[in-house]
Amino acid sequence: MTQEHHEHISSVYDSELEKLGKLLAQMGGLAETQLDAAMDAVVRRDGEAALAIKDKDRDIDALEKETEALVLRMLALRQPVANDLRLVVSTLKTASDLERVGDYAKNIAKRASVLAQLPAAPSTAVIGRLGRLVQQLLKDVLDAYLQRDMAKATAVWEADAEVDALYTAVFRELLTYMMEDARNITACTHLLFIAKNLERIGDHSTNIAETLRFMISGQPFEERRPKDDASNYAIVEPKGG
Amino acid sequence: MTDATLPGGVAAKIRRPDLSEARLRRRYSSERRFRFFGLAAIGLAMVMLVLLLTSIISKGWPAFLQSYVTLEVTFDPAKVKADGTGDFRQVMIDALQARFPEVTDRRHRAELRGLLSNDTDVRLREYLLENPDALGQTRKVRVMAGGEMDTYLKGQSTEVTDFSGRGIASLVDIGGGRMRVLVGANAFSEVLAATKVALAAEALEMERELFPLQRRVADLQQALAGATDEAARSGLAVDMADVQRQIAAANETIADMRRRAAASGGIEVLRDSLPSFIARVNGGAVRLTEVGNDQALGDVLLAPDSLADAAPGTWRVDVYQVAETDRRFKDRQIAWVNDLEARGEVDISLSDTFFTAGASREAEQAGIWGAAVGSVYTLLICLALSFPVGVLAAVYLEEFAPRNRITDLIEVNINNLAAVPSIVFGLLGLAMFLNFFGLPRSAPLVGGMVLALMTLPTIIIAARAALKAVPPSIREAALGVGASKLQTITHHVLPLAMPGILTGTIIGMAQALGETAPLLMIGMVAFVVDIPGGITDPSTVLPVQIYMWADFPERAFEARTSAAIMVLLAFLVIMNALAVVLRKRFERRW
Amino acid sequence: MSAIAEFAEPSTGTNSPMVVARDVNVHYGQAHALKHVDLDILQHEVTALIGPSGCGKSTFLRCINRMNDVIDGCRVTGKIELEGADIYDKRLDVVQLRARVGMVFQKPNPFPKSIYDNVAYGPRIHGVARTKSEMDEIVEVSLRRAGLWEEAKDRLLKPGTGLSGGQQQRLCIARAIAVNPEVILMDEPCSALDPIATAKIEDLIHELRQNFTIVIVTHSMQQAARVSQRTAFFHLGNLVEVGPTEQIFTNPHDDRTQGYITGRFG
Repeated sequence: MTQEHHEHISSVYDSELEKLGKLLAQMGGLAETQLDAAMDAVVRRDGEAALAIKDKDRDIDALEKETEALVLRMLALRQPVANDLRLVVSTLKTASDLERVGDYAKNIAKRASVLAQLPAAPSTAVIGRLGRLVQQLLKDVLDAYLQRDMAKATAVWEADAEVDALYTAVFRELLTYMMEDARNITACTHLLFIAKNLERIGDHSTNIAETLRFMISGQPFEERRPKDDASNYAIVEPKGG
Repeated sequence: MTDATLPGGVAAKIRRPDLSEARLRRRYSSERRFRFFGLAAIGLAMVMLVLLLTSIISKGWPAFLQSYVTLEVTFDPAKVKADGTGDFRQVMIDALQARFPEVTDRRHRAELRGLLSNDTDVRLREYLLENPDALGQTRKVRVMAGGEMDTYLKGQSTEVTDFSGRGIASLVDIGGGRMRVLVGANAFSEVLAATKVALAAEALEMERELFPLQRRVADLQQALAGATDEAARSGLAVDMADVQRQIAAANETIADMRRRAAASGGIEVLRDSLPSFIARVNGGAVRLTEVGNDQALGDVLLAPDSLADAAPGTWRVDVYQVAETDRRFKDRQIAWVNDLEARGEVDISLSDTFFTAGASREAEQAGIWGAAVGSVYTLLICLALSFPVGVLAAVYLEEFAPRNRITDLIEVNINNLAAVPSIVFGLLGLAMFLNFFGLPRSAPLVGGMVLALMTLPTIIIAARAALKAVPPSIREAALGVGASKLQTITHHVLPLAMPGILTGTIIGMAQALGETAPLLMIGMVAFVVDIPGGITDPSTVLPVQIYMWADFPERAFEARTSAAIMVLLAFLVIMNALAVVLRKRFERRW
Repeated sequence: MSAIAEFAEPSTGTNSPMVVARDVNVHYGQAHALKHVDLDILQHEVTALIGPSGCGKSTFLRCINRMNDVIDGCRVTGKIELEGADIYDKRLDVVQLRARVGMVFQKPNPFPKSIYDNVAYGPRIHGVARTKSEMDEIVEVSLRRAGLWEEAKDRLLKPGTGLSGGQQQRLCIARAIAVNPEVILMDEPCSALDPIATAKIEDLIHELRQNFTIVIVTHSMQQAARVSQRTAFFHLGNLVEVGPTEQIFTNPHDDRTQGYITGRFG
């Protein structure tokens, strides 16, 4: 837990800040479990898991609304400045990021249930690898946020390149599969979307890392994030002809 | 009573206020008592004030009135001239003589002259100068009555009671200025009874006068017992015998008077030490020397118009309670005044001398104008000296003086000066201004200087308080706009402090107005007749005038003293009212 | 960035310094109230001095127009320059200094004179106006600049003390600007006023900035944040931090500054 919640002359102020932290922690935990569950469903081709995941997403949404309301109230009533201001604004942004993560996880789960009904698709292995990386990143960035660990956050920020590279590889591979056998198209398309969602979750994790850096140091990341996402420009020629 | 948990977990008993009936009643009763004491104090003060004012006003109002006599005066060109030369006194005497031709005796003529004020001749001269065509004519001239006549007319010479005449009164002239008054049976019984009462009172009075004599006897006896020297013993014995003789004689007289008082009827011989009994018959006055039940004998003071019988109710007997020997206005004079009154030649109106004349030995001519002018000059000098010096000193002490020992010393000394008895300043004035500087005695200049010394501490203290009361925010505002210290003080602080300063000044002036002791020291007790023309002319002030008049014995001066006190009080009230008005007026603006 | 540019003050730090204070120390008798203060007040800017009670901000303010001179036992050392000239120089006339550096106080203190005379007093004693019409013009301009003309023009001869609190304070501001000072010092000018009056005066300060340099001491951090371009934080007699207001309130350098403005002590 963080120390900035204490020492305000107004103890109610302190408890409000503490509450913000708790809400975020709750949301983070939920988002993590949702992602784990969704990837699990994809890998084990579990169709019923999606329903549970969908319901759980409502909780994340509710938490986000609660966080937003508390942030609004604190801005109006406390007029926070300096680090308190940065903390409150960061909480708002991070909550938004986490809510999106939850949505993407829900989406992945939905597609997983579709995939489960189709015959086994080729190579969900690579997806699995992408998924595990993104899961790790999310976990790391949330840990970093809770512990205010800049080093960990920077690592996540930099690892986004790896995510992008992996996503490009998956993109290419799936295109290849689709060109090889037209009967793969349905499954591969869904897998494409799943991969995209995972890549977006990675982006959001990076956002959280940036937000954390701003909260701690007051400075944003100067450099543009290294982008290795060449997927926008990926062209795969069909083999032969 | 429940327990509460304070921060830190300490349990504390919650105590609620005691709202009991008993407590409430105690508080109400103590408030009632407080209010009562306050009202009682105010009531006491009001009672004192009313007593003071009543006593002064009742004694003083007669001084504002003056009696006048309208006399027929012949301006004989043989005696006086139109340019004011000549013997106007003789003209006055002639006029009086013409009015009361039966007065021949020298003593009586002197008494007649005593009716009028002794500056009547001056008044006649003034009249002739104003009306030159009166020469050789007989005119009615209104002149001031003398002091004693004035006192009598205001009812302060003696109390007069009267017995209305019962039965018919017959006058018999037995010559030698004496007359007999015969009335019906026992018509004089009341008068006789009154004489006896007077006798008894007189006896009591004489008895009282014996007390000091008896004490003397006791003292002598004691001295005798203690004396060893033969010569002394004999001397003392002689003294004692003498005094004892006096006592014996007096006791005899007293016994005789008591006997006569107890006996009814008979003829009473009236002595001078008894009240005067005057029979007023047919416009004449007879002073009774013997009174019986049905007749009386007496001296004629004023000849009656006729010797015809007087019907019942048309005559009376006046009793002057104060014996003739105890007063200055004699019975004969009273008779003449009654005659003048009967013919409407006497009137009482507002005095034209009290407010316009200077000091005088004669009560009817004495006025307060000289003292008033003297007071005004003195106060003006005092104000002109003490106000600027006091205010500037206060400004210096408050604004410029550094806060060190010396300044503290000065402050303490100024406070002490305010408590110094005023007569000390008089001594200082005597030594410094009169002896060292050689300034004229009894002048308002010196009086003003002495009073200025006295008033200075009052003004300085009041001015300092007023300056301190100006809030520092005004000073800061002025300084912040770029005013220098001097500009701040003159443009802002002083105007705001002025109401307080003025109030203090006026109170100081009111105090100075009433000061007597220091002015006595510098000689303002001198008898000053002329109205002072300038600040170096000898003059006196109101309080000193009051002090001097209080010394004179005439009843008229008693009235004038009280009247002067009333004028002084009026002055003071006006000045204090002015202070209040000024304060209110300036306060509104701020 | 353009939205920020419209409201933010990139010019702060680039204006020339109007008042330069170097190593200023103030002692009240034995107490060391202000310690080694170095501060620049820049021209045509509002500089806010904030800090907890007794931190020395008012003391510093009163040094700039030498109002501390009237306090017994107050000793000022160091150098304070107004447009390059040392104001504690022996040859400098303090009265003239106060014509160049005006002051508005915490509790409105108009003179007990008419509104007209309140504003005219300064110009009168400094000989600014030569004729009555010149004075009338000065009074009108000052009252207009202070935002009081409309409310006061029909009652110029009525006493200044008859106005409401907020109007009185604006009258004091008009009085201060009537002599056209270079710097206006404000010592908690709104602390005795209600929020509407406060807002009016803050708006007024914003306009005055075009013609004057303003230094304002305030207890309210929100007011400092709303009104100033530069903020200086004082604590226990020390100047802890000074910088652009936006930076102070989003990312202060010193922990003490952060602690005070976030309400962790005070």
